[in-house]
Amino acid sequence: MKKKDKDFSDKIFYWILKILGYGTMVLLAALVVVLLKVSFPIFEKFGLKFFILNDWNPVTRVFGALPFIYGTVVTSLLAIVIAVPVSIGIALFVTEIANSKIKKILSFLVEMLAAIPSVVYGLWGLFVLVPWLRNSVEPFLGKYLGFIPLFYGAPYGVGVLAAGIILAIMIVPTVSSICREIFYSVPNLFREGALALGATHWEMMKLAVVKSSVSGIFGASILGLGRALGETMAVTMVIGNRPQISPSLFSPAQTLASLIANEYNEASNSSHLAALTAMGLVLLMVSLAVNTFAKIIQKRFQMRTGVGK
Amino acid sequence: MKRLVILVLILSFYAYASAAQLINGAGATFPYPLYSKWFNEYNKQKPNVQINYQSIGSGGGIRQLIDQTMDFGASDAPMSEEELSMAKSPVLHIPTVLGAVVLSYNLPGITKLNLTGALISDIFMGKITKWNDSKLQATNKEVKLPDIYISVMYRSDGSGTTAIFTDYLVKISPEWSKRVGSGKSVKWPTGLGGKGNEGVSGLIKQAPGSIGYVELIYAKQNHFSYVNIQNNAGTFVAPSLDTVTAAAQGTLQAMPEDFRMSITNGDGKNAYPISAFTYILVYKNMGKDIGKPLVEFLNWSMGPGQELAKNLGYAPLPGNLIKKVRGALTQIKFN
Repeated sequence: MKKKDKDFSDKIFYWILKILGYGTMVLLAALVVVLLKVSFPIFEKFGLKFFILNDWNPVTRVFGALPFIYGTVVTSLLAIVIAVPVSIGIALFVTEIANSKIKKILSFLVEMLAAIPSVVYGLWGLFVLVPWLRNSVEPFLGKYLGFIPLFYGAPYGVGVLAAGIILAIMIVPTVSSICREIFYSVPNLFREGALALGATHWEMMKLAVVKSSVSGIFGASILGLGRALGETMAVTMVIGNRPQISPSLFSPAQTLASLIANEYNEASNSSHLAALTAMGLVLLMVSLAVNTFAKIIQKRFQMRTGVGK
Repeated sequence: MKRLVILVLILSFYAYASAAQLINGAGATFPYPLYSKWFNEYNKQKPNVQINYQSIGSGGGIRQLIDQTMDFGASDAPMSEEELSMAKSPVLHIPTVLGAVVLSYNLPGITKLNLTGALISDIFMGKITKWNDSKLQATNKEVKLPDIYISVMYRSDGSGTTAIFTDYLVKISPEWSKRVGSGKSVKWPTGLGGKGNEGVSGLIKQAPGSIGYVELIYAKQNHFSYVNIQNNAGTFVAPSLDTVTAAAQGTLQAMPEDFRMSITNGDGKNAYPISAFTYILVYKNMGKDIGKPLVEFLNWSMGPGQELAKNLGYAPLPGNLIKKVRGALTQIKFN
């Protein structure tokens, strides 16, 4: 009798877990179905041209996704380029250098960054970061590196650079805390081995800790990237909200998430609404594509280095 | 247990006592501070009528009215023919108060700036790029305009403010009408976008040489600089409650029966040209339970409500128009 009871409760538990697990998949599928259904008129009208059209005009009802895809990918990549080295540095300092007291305080403070609401980042960006970029950083970069298209153009302050920096700050907590855990998980034998072979402290960190964690660091960056792709409020405050494709980091741009947040509430007609829903679909696809691509690269790394599986 | 019983008793008594007639509405964000004040005040006078309002935006308000999920809608722009045809029965537009759009600028040391409609259109089209442009200097003879670039700032979020401003530009400039058009979101020929009034004003505050548009009330509350705009009669008018009401007064003759009218670039010597009505939208046929108290409230809003509007910075309707609105309210039938 008692055994049967146990079997029964096991079964219930099994089914609950199963429903929860499959539920996520059903949810994603339902999401895609709804997005497809609402955005269907747009694909009917523009077809695949929707993805490559560099125009967005709610008045003439011409809708193209390209400038928004561009803005989303560029700002997120810029954020990763800035945030990953910083995060690795923070994680190395915490695991390899700092004493236990500083370690605790620093970890706590970095994780506090993750708790700040994104609108606060946005306002800070608009009132502190943007003036600094416009008055100091961008004129300086323009003066000495202006011959590179990346740093060409008038320093507005708001734009791709500001958005990238804000996003970088927002994803540092995620990336650095995962990196920290990965570095902790590197066996001490590696460190001792490196030191025993005559490596300096710096060489030991480079060879034993970072090198053996490459694929893990990559995974951490992907998680950060995922957050950057979908971030809305902070980005919209500092990006200049101008759908255009320009190679310069100083120029304003617009992202998918920011566009949806801006125009969805007051979409002026049904095709505008459909186009914005299609943008949601595009955002989902961009995220999936980036994640898949990253997984493939991560696999490559694992095969080459043979660690971090 | 005893405590629980008492609690339940109190709660049920409370529920009984507050069993007032509930009226639900949704729509524009612009009049939200005023409407919530109105509903609150009205509830104090008539405790058996409770009006809820969600400020979800004009577009949402119209959609919910069409879907009949709300008893009334609210919108900064009148409903289009397309939208009216989607509604199940005729809809009445009730203008409640007036709003206006202010051009704000950041030019250190310059406190007075005059612009004509043509100049505004040229600036927002990117045709005039510098402040010391001879055309700008010609309309501002008393001040010396600086040799800096103009940065145009616009609202990136879909908004009634943008709709009113572009509606004005369409009327003033054939080229704007052809190249850009009007709407809650448009394709701006030049400039940077900020989200909301606060986003635009944040951009203006920081960048010398910038010009952008914000709501009148927001500009007043934050003591922003504003541009005097030349109206139809040729006078340069500063935005204020009186000049906005004057814009409505000036167009009263041409007002259609259903009040669906744009009053931008309106007539009148003292009329501020970028003004507009904000509306409450109701069905002409309503259930008695909801309809009667709602019409009573709307009549109240045309009386004591207009005084409250002034205190909160909204321009009240001109007297003759109020009479017309009261007349229109009698058309509402209860079934």
